[in-house]
Amino acid sequence: MENSNNSKKFETVIEPKSGWFDLHLKELLEYRDLIILFVKRNFVSMYKQTVLGPLWAIIQPLLTTVVFTLVFGNIAGLAADGVPSFIFYLSGTILWTYFNQCLTQTANTFVANRQTLGKVYFPRLVMPISTVLSNLISLAIQFAFMVIFLIYYVITDQGCHPNLYILMTPLIILQLALLSLGCGIIISALTTKYRDLAMLVGFGAQLWMYASPIAYDMSGMAVFAPGGKYHTLFMLNPITPIVNLFRYAYLGLGNMEWIFYGISWLITLVVLFIGIILFSKVEKTFMDTV
Amino acid sequence: MEKTAIKIENVSKEYRLGAIGGGTLKGDLQSFWAKLRHKEDPNAIIGEEKDGLSKGDKFMALNGVSFEVKKGEALGIIGHNGAGKSTLLKLLCRVTAPSGGSIAYDGRIASMLEVGTGFHPELTGRENVYMNGAILGMTKSEIDKKFDEIVKFAEMEKFIDTPVKRYSSGMYVKLAFSVAAHLDSEIMIMDEVLAVGDMAFQKKCLDKMRDAAQLEGRTVLYVSHNMNTIRQLCNRCIVLSKGKVIFDGDVEDAIEVYMGQGVETPAKVDLTTIKRTQKGLSDGIKLKSIKVLDSDIWKIKVGDKLRFSIEVESTQDFTDIGYRSRLTAVDGSSISVLLAPNLFNCKAGEKLTIPLEADVSQLVPGRYCLTPVLYGVNPYGGWQFYDHVEKAVTFEVETKPGFNENMEWEQKWWGSVKLPEIIDLRMSGE
Repeated sequence: MENSNNSKKFETVIEPKSGWFDLHLKELLEYRDLIILFVKRNFVSMYKQTVLGPLWAIIQPLLTTVVFTLVFGNIAGLAADGVPSFIFYLSGTILWTYFNQCLTQTANTFVANRQTLGKVYFPRLVMPISTVLSNLISLAIQFAFMVIFLIYYVITDQGCHPNLYILMTPLIILQLALLSLGCGIIISALTTKYRDLAMLVGFGAQLWMYASPIAYDMSGMAVFAPGGKYHTLFMLNPITPIVNLFRYAYLGLGNMEWIFYGISWLITLVVLFIGIILFSKVEKTFMDTV
Repeated sequence: MEKTAIKIENVSKEYRLGAIGGGTLKGDLQSFWAKLRHKEDPNAIIGEEKDGLSKGDKFMALNGVSFEVKKGEALGIIGHNGAGKSTLLKLLCRVTAPSGGSIAYDGRIASMLEVGTGFHPELTGRENVYMNGAILGMTKSEIDKKFDEIVKFAEMEKFIDTPVKRYSSGMYVKLAFSVAAHLDSEIMIMDEVLAVGDMAFQKKCLDKMRDAAQLEGRTVLYVSHNMNTIRQLCNRCIVLSKGKVIFDGDVEDAIEVYMGQGVETPAKVDLTTIKRTQKGLSDGIKLKSIKVLDSDIWKIKVGDKLRFSIEVESTQDFTDIGYRSRLTAVDGSSISVLLAPNLFNCKAGEKLTIPLEADVSQLVPGRYCLTPVLYGVNPYGGWQFYDHVEKAVTFEVETKPGFNENMEWEQKWWGSVKLPEIIDLRMSGE
């Protein structure tokens, strides 16, 4: 009796087990300066001692876009009609690059930061969150790059019709960030024990890309499944409505099915929620197993 | 009475030996499948049961550790490698969670388990100070306020805008220590941070930490193998051994316990070189050496008698000199005394070697100290002491199969002496 009374007087009590919903999210706020510094560190250290610096952020998606344009656009003919295939692929690629980078990096959180995490305590979620945020910087550079091309295409009147839905851009990015964070921390929580999953992440992400309308248009789906056979299944992929909305807003391409967009948000939030719970569950003792 | 800053209650930490769960999904599935069919786990680790520490493939890095630290106290933690020191600090820093028990504390903990945590080689000293400070839990404005102080303490004004990958290891540690030392935390935890850095800086760090404890009222926990720094900094010390606290108290005593641990005393101990701490000793006869018989080291099995010899040298004539040995536990607590009154007479200039046998068969396994004393009775009927060698010999009583039905002797509760077992009077024929 006396003991339990005593320990209540202390500000911090460490005990072996915590409940499933013992999340300590408030603590994250106290560490917001750390998040900012991590973001800065990730970005600065990535481009220090490189000649091109942040320009590297553009080169990778640019090359991917060129390959997609040649292979899927020109050879396979999967690009959307009516808009230049370059901007079509660029728009998909930058979204996917962001998602993919966040996913693979957050999935690797515990293993990659073992050195730091093994020495001091701070809310472990700081790490994946700052990863997702630092990738935003590259995304912004790529996005600006895309806008320049878009302006060029609009001026030369090549079929791109940006509309008011571009105001939803922050929402699109937020959703991508949350989704990649959710998926990433689920994987990171599981990889503390099973490294197998880490091997699968790169491969799985690639498969996921081909299940999403990155390299092809919704109309290109008809090639695989004539008559809209797997349409619902396809749309349940949370990435699909996000990419569709983005292209709808900036290129005026396709038509939005808002119900699937809503479902996509729902999936995102559920994944994120599960991710945070799993992550909190393993963060206390992952050092013993990682 | 000062307020308690840290309260550690019955904390244990269990690690699994060998590869954890096979490490792969396949391994775990195999184990799971074997369990389902009541077969032997193919991934179980073989042959770990013999060691008293481990149960199956478990290893108790900490086993029921409890202690409290008062606010403003500088507590040293010592112990041999593998005693559980670092595990304890890791638990305190919340790097990993305990398997049992609870830890409670007030305020922030600044840990220096390894200085320079989060230092990124590409960033400059300035950027790393902010980075490191934030990792330790400071906000940006707090670091802003302390920045100049930190740099000045580290003596790094010139190099603060150079990437830390160009730093020497000493500069690196200086800067890192400086950051941690300036954190406004109520509790500071340090694990041998002073191993690097030159003497001047080491001294500066020690002074800083002592000030932290004595002037600013911060609580300091310090782990080191360097007894001198422990002596200089700490006002209390605990000794860990095999995951348990075996001593808690005065620093000097703790160091003695730590030093005596695991070191075997060779058969012959020269007593002439040991400084006598006892006051009021009479001259004329002194102990030269003490030697265990029938063995190379001071170690006997439980239930055996201790056979040893003492060598004395006299410069006067004496009659009825007595010998006795105070028997204490390594931490200094008294257990008993071994007496040999009126043992010998001797003439001036005589050297005597006297073989002795002491019945210590009731001592339980453990380590004990002997304090040999030569004494006599003076004309007034009081004690007259000729020689007294404090804790001259540490000897070990080793367990043997069958002792206490092979169960653990609960020394903490049952003491160090196993009296003869109770006799059932029905069997004794009375």
